[in-house]
Amino acid sequence: MADFTNGFWDWYIVVLTLLGVFGCGVLLYSQAKVKLAKTADGQTGTTGHVWDEDLTELNTPMPRWWMWLFYITIVFALAYLFLYPGLGTYAGKLGWTSSAEYKGELKQADAEFGPLFAKYQKQDLKTVAADPQAHAIGERLFLTYCAQCHGSDARGNKGFPNLTDNDWLFGGTPDTIKETILHGRVGAMPPMGAALGGDKDVENVAHYVLTLSGSTADPIKAVFGKEKFGACLACHGAGGKGNPALGAPNLSDKIWLFGGSAETIKETITKGRTTTMPPFDDFLGEAKVHVLAAYVWSLSNSTNMNDVRQPVPAEAVAEQ
Amino acid sequence: MNQPQPQVIKMYAAREEIYPRETDGRYARLRWLFVWLTQLAFYCTPWLQWNGRQALLFDLGARKFYIVGLVLWPQDFIYLAALLIISAYLLFLATAVAGRVWCGFACPQTVYTEIFLWIERKIEGKRSARIALDRQPASLRKFGKKSAKHLAWGAVALWTGFTFVGYFTPITQLMGEVATLTFGPWEWFWVVFYSVATYGNAGWLREQVCKYMCPYARFQSSMFDRDTLIITYDAKRGEPRGPLSKNGNGNGGSCIDCSLCVQVCPTGIDIRKGLQYECIGCAACVDACNGVMDKTGQARGLIRYSTERAMEDHLTPTAIRRRTLRPRVKIYSAVLGLIMLATAGALTLRTPLKLDVIRDRGSMGREVEDGMIENVYRLQIMNTAEQAHVYKIAVSGMPTLAQVTADQVMVEATETKGYPIRLRTAHGAGKPGSNKIDITLSAVDDPSLHVKESAVFIVPR
Repeated sequence: MADFTNGFWDWYIVVLTLLGVFGCGVLLYSQAKVKLAKTADGQTGTTGHVWDEDLTELNTPMPRWWMWLFYITIVFALAYLFLYPGLGTYAGKLGWTSSAEYKGELKQADAEFGPLFAKYQKQDLKTVAADPQAHAIGERLFLTYCAQCHGSDARGNKGFPNLTDNDWLFGGTPDTIKETILHGRVGAMPPMGAALGGDKDVENVAHYVLTLSGSTADPIKAVFGKEKFGACLACHGAGGKGNPALGAPNLSDKIWLFGGSAETIKETITKGRTTTMPPFDDFLGEAKVHVLAAYVWSLSNSTNMNDVRQPVPAEAVAEQ
Repeated sequence: MNQPQPQVIKMYAAREEIYPRETDGRYARLRWLFVWLTQLAFYCTPWLQWNGRQALLFDLGARKFYIVGLVLWPQDFIYLAALLIISAYLLFLATAVAGRVWCGFACPQTVYTEIFLWIERKIEGKRSARIALDRQPASLRKFGKKSAKHLAWGAVALWTGFTFVGYFTPITQLMGEVATLTFGPWEWFWVVFYSVATYGNAGWLREQVCKYMCPYARFQSSMFDRDTLIITYDAKRGEPRGPLSKNGNGNGGSCIDCSLCVQVCPTGIDIRKGLQYECIGCAACVDACNGVMDKTGQARGLIRYSTERAMEDHLTPTAIRRRTLRPRVKIYSAVLGLIMLATAGALTLRTPLKLDVIRDRGSMGREVEDGMIENVYRLQIMNTAEQAHVYKIAVSGMPTLAQVTADQVMVEATETKGYPIRLRTAHGAGKPGSNKIDITLSAVDDPSLHVKESAVFIVPR
């Protein structure tokens, strides 16, 4: 995209820059020698500048090499403007751009770390997960790219799944996780309010859903809700076991992506939910995703790396 | 009336070559002592080893400064600021007391010029011989002498450039690279750059650096007062100057107008015209004049270290010394002492362990099983020591605050580790909103090694 939509501003910059550079040269040349009238006493030891009636400036010339340095800076400026972008939209003879430099740095980093990632890429994901160095790399990648949504501890947030439990919306095998990171996922729960009937029906279904996970629910509402649950079977299946192929959550456990209260469930049914896991293949590349997937899988499947302690009872802590 | 004739004056003039004459005397010997001290320190320090590494190494690539047993990280930048402040105050103090002694005796520009002048004298001869050689037409002898001089200068300059880079890249490794000429691009650049700078500054530019490039020359006058020791010509004693007559009295003044003080001056000034900004306080003219006074059988000290007030009021040396401790000097000394003490204190109390606590921004605080409230933090643990340590994490500041994750973490030597932790409190333990908490990290093997960082725990409303 052009920096300027109007050609005028392009030339405005060019003219202003060049005038500035040449102006410095002209000023320097014109000031290197000055013509002075001799004063009455024939003295020429001053530059002729007089301030406050009688303050004069002695003529102690600057060294000539210094003047040449000034000229060299002008030549340098012109050479720079010729080689690099600086004059309006002129791209410079060398064609330098900051994005090309960034890509160069990326290439350099890839050349440096590529062999390491290539080594892991050849290995099975479970083998990679057991490698302590790969685990450390994966942890750093996770903290940089994933922690914003899933949290530093990978336990997720409302709307962003917990990655440390064994509950997976799209399946939890190492290869499925890699697939998820590479290509992203879209979870779509359509708004079902109208399909079910009215607010009352939504309320009933919500209470039925609560009973599926063994949560406290109004049994009468749940009975009515069960009749209407047929509309949900296509995705969530009978008994609400969910379907990883569609990303439909299992409703029969106590793990909730948006919250497990009757109010939240009603909102989910009425308005539907759309969640997006962005694809990372273009951004990170397959080699890094490979290490990352192994790390994420290890979060919920490796006993030695996921050293979770039982929380200290509140009373015991209070005594400390 | 004659019309005044216009005259062209040049604002830039060619440099006039200065051929400083060799002097000998108390101050010349003192300067050589400083040449030896500074250069022994400069050339030898990078070769010193400590704990299997270079004792003094500024590893810019890894952003770590190794100073004997101390490893400074970018977070310790404050010590560099302290070092600069201390250096500046030392300079101010020295200047207030004794003028430009730094310039005349210890400044690298002076020291290297002294070394290069010595080489020049060894190859081209004394002042008169050098002047004569430069006026000669080109000849094989002249070419030989000039080449020998520049080769010798180049060798010193190259070794200086190499040593300089040795402060930033391990010098033993650099030595190996010299053997095979496999410097990295930046090593090449800096070795060549610093060599060329040494050669150009000490060989060619010399007094031009002091007169036109050095900023210190320009603001030193603000540190001078009437009691500052400067190199002065005692005009009352010296004038009227003139040749010594047969009966030993001359024109009455002590100065015999031999112009030796001008010939030895490295910046080419005539000290008899009074204090000038070009004077770098090297005291070469003092040495030269004292030699002449000895020969003419007069008292030394026609040109000497003295103060403006002493010159006017005819103070004795004791009176001059008593005036040294004036308020300005006392204040400089007090501030300098204070900063040095504070820096030394901070360095000894410094813990080689740093901790940043970063609260996860994704969630305010989540409710987990049993109605407990959980917050997630990332600890950025920097083990700045040269040994690996296992650290224990402790939290405090709220009732029922507990840590759920493993409370011990190992961090390798000079490594930075990101470590996520989860903290919990019982429901209702803190007030809704943010609660101040503390996270303490202490080394298991050395409990004196600990840091405490404050953070906030957020209880959702």
